[in-house]
Amino acid sequence: MEVIQQLVNGISLGSIYALIALGYTMVYGIVKLINFAHGDIFMVGAFIGFYSITILDLGFFPALLISMVACAIFGVLIERIAYKPLRNATRIAALITAIGVSLFIEYGTIYARGAQPEAYPDGVVSLKSLELFGVKISGQSILILGTSLFLMILLQFIVHKTKIGKAMRAVSHDMDAAKLMGINVNNTISATFAIGSALAGAAGVIFGVYYTKIEPLMGIIPGLKAFVAAVLGGIGIIPGAMAGGLVLGVIESLVSAAGYSLWRDGVAFVVLILILIFRPAGLFGKNIREKV
Amino acid sequence: MRKKKLAGVFMSFMVAAGVLAGCNSSASGDGEKGGKIKIGANLELSGGVASYGQSAKEGIELAIEEINKKGINGKKLELVTVDNKSDAAEATNGALKLATQDKVVAMIGAATSTNTLAQVQIAQDNKIPLITPTATNATITNKDGKVNDFVFRTCFIDPFQGTVAANFASNDLKVKSAAVLIDSSSDYSKGLAASFKKNFVANGGKIVKEEAYVAKDTDFRATLTNIKAANPEYIFVPGFYEEVGLIVKQAREIGLNVPIMGGDGWDSPNLVKIAGKDTLNNTFITNHYSSGDSDKKVQDFVAAFKAKYNGKSPDAFTALGYDTVYFLADAIKRAGSGDSEKIRKALEETDGLQLVSGNVKLDKNHDPIKAAVILEYKNGEQQFKTKINP
Repeated sequence: MEVIQQLVNGISLGSIYALIALGYTMVYGIVKLINFAHGDIFMVGAFIGFYSITILDLGFFPALLISMVACAIFGVLIERIAYKPLRNATRIAALITAIGVSLFIEYGTIYARGAQPEAYPDGVVSLKSLELFGVKISGQSILILGTSLFLMILLQFIVHKTKIGKAMRAVSHDMDAAKLMGINVNNTISATFAIGSALAGAAGVIFGVYYTKIEPLMGIIPGLKAFVAAVLGGIGIIPGAMAGGLVLGVIESLVSAAGYSLWRDGVAFVVLILILIFRPAGLFGKNIREKV
Repeated sequence: MRKKKLAGVFMSFMVAAGVLAGCNSSASGDGEKGGKIKIGANLELSGGVASYGQSAKEGIELAIEEINKKGINGKKLELVTVDNKSDAAEATNGALKLATQDKVVAMIGAATSTNTLAQVQIAQDNKIPLITPTATNATITNKDGKVNDFVFRTCFIDPFQGTVAANFASNDLKVKSAAVLIDSSSDYSKGLAASFKKNFVANGGKIVKEEAYVAKDTDFRATLTNIKAANPEYIFVPGFYEEVGLIVKQAREIGLNVPIMGGDGWDSPNLVKIAGKDTLNNTFITNHYSSGDSDKKVQDFVAAFKAKYNGKSPDAFTALGYDTVYFLADAIKRAGSGDSEKIRKALEETDGLQLVSGNVKLDKNHDPIKAAVILEYKNGEQQFKTKINP
């Protein structure tokens, strides 16, 4: 029974990682940039959700929507202002810019509202908890799983069945060829940032409801873990990010369950190192030889 | 040639800087000038445990305002505040600034043990008395059997708090088995847990599970599921409110409904916000003081505080911040001057000074001997349960 309870804990945690990891992986797939500011968009999403719930007095789903829309706009702004001018610069320049943007968002938030944490109000989600075979699954866990799954399916649909999805796949395959075929590369990249950031915003609100406490530096560790999840699944591959997130969440829960809760964060990064050594392309990645 | 020129420019800057530095030190003096006595406060005004520092600061400011109405030996207190951002390295920097730049006659230390420990060496080296309002770790005033002669505190210490909690669990709640969940990044948490375990086992109880976490963790469900499997009757969580709030909430979520108890680290309005009113039922804390205490001194303080801060109720950090200023002011008065060595001696000789959080008499380790209260959370309010004398 206890193992099943731990699995439920792990999957809930993992689905949050997965939502953030999707944004990392999509952006990487299309512009080959590790967007380190992604974890901070997640934080901004959590705060927007918080203010929507407390000040505008909205329920969970409207707050989730507002947060996703606001984060999508925010993501596009970051891309247009910070990353677009560097598109043809070296990759290290873009990476350093991403770290700069990340710090800017973190400390900008502290400047704007202070460093004190906030707590999501109680009773945003009034779902009853479920008892299955002696395992207590809280209403929130079910909601998180449901929302995450829905968003992931929606994303798959967008990527595979819509025109913008087709354009995204084309640009990630070969940017120049896509341009020659008449695809508007700038808009496609912006759309990718918008979708990735919206998912991070959703993850932020879900995180807030599940863990209650939010603060301006909350994006750092989940951001890094999601990055590990994205690499674990194979960076640039969307199903890989989902699987990577879930696997990482379950590993962390099992490590805690085994009584090594202090090693939990360490284990996540050990997983990253092992993956980089033995399967650099990730679980779902194909081994493509680099052209010289 | 060019290099020489640059060197010349550099040299002249150095000379100018030297002259300016000279100006600076002669201007600031010894912290006791123009009818004012400068004291420093190095508190957690932002960051993870900002609520403690903010509370203490309100108490300190109220006390200074009251004292300055009459003055000490015809002089007034002037407060210099630095924010240590709830970070030990910043606390050290802040203490260094207060000691060397502001040249204060005494420092009021941080609210938590880790951040106070980070200032102890600076106080010792610069021979400036450091009084912490609420840091309860035993090693702050006494390291390896040697007393830090310039370091004092206004509160009781961890072993006492852990003992009180253990006795309360055994005698009042009558539990036989307990689990302990420690913040392994905090000296405070480890100190409380150690004395709790010792006394609980001595009372005939059994520790069925020990788990740990680190500050800033947000997911405790896996750890709590482990604790639940061990089936304890009682859980001791000597942590700080940010994590404790989440721990209590997540514990109740997975159906762990036994009494949970902690120390003064729980005492913050944010605890109720994070955990929620109902989930906090059946939890207890040991604390320094209760605003529900009927003692006249306490009630006068509560009334004065409410008048200044729009009806807000003072917590233990506020009370101890307030007491710390009176503790210091009493010593400055008896010392007769702003000389740090004389103040140190006067602090050491304090005996029977009446403060809001009880009477203060220091033992040979500079630790006050005073009473503790036990509070119970009922619908998000702290209720006074009992008072335990040492």
